[in-house]
Amino acid sequence: MNKLESIDLNLYYSDFHALKNVSMAVKANTVAALIGPSGCGKSTYLRTFNRMNDLIDNVKIDGSVLLDGKNIYDKAVVTDELRKQVGMVFQKPNPFPKSIYENVAYGLRVNGINNKKILDESVEKSLQQSALWDEVKDKLKKSAFELSGGQQQRLCIARALAIEPTVLLMDEPASALDPISTSKIEELIYELKKKYTIVIVTHNMQQAGRVSDYTAFFYMGSLIEYGETKEIFTNPKNQQTQNYITGRFG
Amino acid sequence: MKARKIKEKIIESILLVSSSITSITVLLIVVFLFSQGISLFGDSTVEKGSVMAVNKNNTIKELTGSQIKEIFDQNIVYWNEVGGKKDTIILFRIDDIGNYYSDEEIGENFEGLSECVNRLVDSIPGILAYFPEKYLSKNFKGKVLPLEKVSMKTLFKGKEWFPSAQPAAQIGAMPLILGTLWVSLGAILLALPLGLATAVYMSDIAHSRVRRVMKPLIELLAGIPSVVYGFFGLIVIVPLVQQLFHLPVGETALSGSIVLGIMALPTIITVSEDAMRNTPRAMKEASLALGATKWQTIYRVVIPYSASGITAGAILGIGRAIGETMAVLMVTGNAAVIPHTILEPVRTIPATIAAELGEAAQGGLHFKALFALGCILFIITLIINLLVESISSRNKHKSH
Repeated sequence: MNKLESIDLNLYYSDFHALKNVSMAVKANTVAALIGPSGCGKSTYLRTFNRMNDLIDNVKIDGSVLLDGKNIYDKAVVTDELRKQVGMVFQKPNPFPKSIYENVAYGLRVNGINNKKILDESVEKSLQQSALWDEVKDKLKKSAFELSGGQQQRLCIARALAIEPTVLLMDEPASALDPISTSKIEELIYELKKKYTIVIVTHNMQQAGRVSDYTAFFYMGSLIEYGETKEIFTNPKNQQTQNYITGRFG
Repeated sequence: MKARKIKEKIIESILLVSSSITSITVLLIVVFLFSQGISLFGDSTVEKGSVMAVNKNNTIKELTGSQIKEIFDQNIVYWNEVGGKKDTIILFRIDDIGNYYSDEEIGENFEGLSECVNRLVDSIPGILAYFPEKYLSKNFKGKVLPLEKVSMKTLFKGKEWFPSAQPAAQIGAMPLILGTLWVSLGAILLALPLGLATAVYMSDIAHSRVRRVMKPLIELLAGIPSVVYGFFGLIVIVPLVQQLFHLPVGETALSGSIVLGIMALPTIITVSEDAMRNTPRAMKEASLALGATKWQTIYRVVIPYSASGITAGAILGIGRAIGETMAVLMVTGNAAVIPHTILEPVRTIPATIAAELGEAAQGGLHFKALFALGCILFIITLIINLLVESISSRNKHKSH
């Protein structure tokens, strides 16, 4: 069963045609990597899955995006309900200027959950899932800004996991981090796919190769090639894909 | 090469001169203000060249300015009310001399006047005589009361502002300070919710097209001359307040607060809107991506993040309200009494200075008292500016 699927998706920023007839599907509990040169539309495409593009003025979207077979661009869909199912981690760690605890509890609090016991349990569980619990369990009341960049990013992952989404979108989650933090995040992604469906945008080809099961190559707003990561990296069918992967452009 | 160096030197010295002129001007104004204001202390509230005297058997040692006023207003009629014996106070002004002595005794050119005053004070035990110093006889048998000097206490504890009162000027600044604070506080209570709501709307809800129209409109509000606001208040708000609350007069603290509130709005809106728009996009997106609604994002992320900017806007707004003169002068009724409700006329410090400076004799007590008021106002606004400074520097610290 396909967890996520887009059918003939077109997106326009005013006059600019940013996504052209993108159709692809992501299976449940797999990791799909979106790769391509800057400006190719991979981040824009990622943001169609939780309707983050809605926040930008003058965006027009055609086609459909299906989550569990239901079109999320349907008029009946409430965006904040959708975003509880589709969590997101951003390029730069962006914790709130609150305590570590409150950062993780934020998603629950906006859902009206203020029961301390439930919050405590959820905070611990989410921090354990993001492999941060042991490092922060003694300083949950401290400001999130006291953590290192890598820890902040894992905090942001924990924050996204706390609302128990089924899909996790990651927009270059390791691009602002050092190599050690990056490898921690990559290990984490490997763990998380047991429970979640993950779509990750990355600039780093090796990273795509290491963490993903499927890879999609975007160029100039079009999906050029999509397939199993092994296939794409060892035996790409399209010349452009091959050029990009071998580093001839991008 | 040399010409170039000389040119540089000349430019440098011009810059140095301009900045020194500016700094010296500022310093001069502050020094002038405080030298005038402080010279008030040590002066007497009773007019120079006049004497307050009592019978030699009177146990009273001194009278304060407000006691003198109460006695001459005949609100106090017994000596025991001011700490003396249980006698009736008999007031004597120099004009009353004809009631006691004949023209012959006084003399054609008042040559016998000092002797008459001397005899009169000696003969009436309950007398309080107020007369010019030149009629004080050399062998005066009464007791001349020491004149009370103006002190901080007179200024801040006095409940009455009546600097032209005779024989003792009343320069209690409390009604004016309270009037200023009441009007400003009212203004901020009205302007803050409205201004914040507008700022939130403009920064996070309004479409960019709406914002492009609204922002210049609000900034235009800041450019309207204050006398126009005063005029508008006098014609529109004063009658409205009067009708709404069935008051005898509409010129009240409330009217002043409304007008000042409108005047403080642009400051509050622009400063806090800027702060809200400075909330990093990543912060808002993080909140929305967690399923928070737009409004939840505003009050859980945007407002806490821009709290110091909002505070700065509010304080700057108060600063504008406190220093405002013309509009307040026109709508508050200018009664220098301690206000009990916001539906009574009040008088603010700037309005007092503007209204009274013209009639105060230069160098006199009244004149100096107005300068002292100026000092008080200066200190209040200085504190406000320092507050803004510390809050915005804390903000800078936080964003690093």
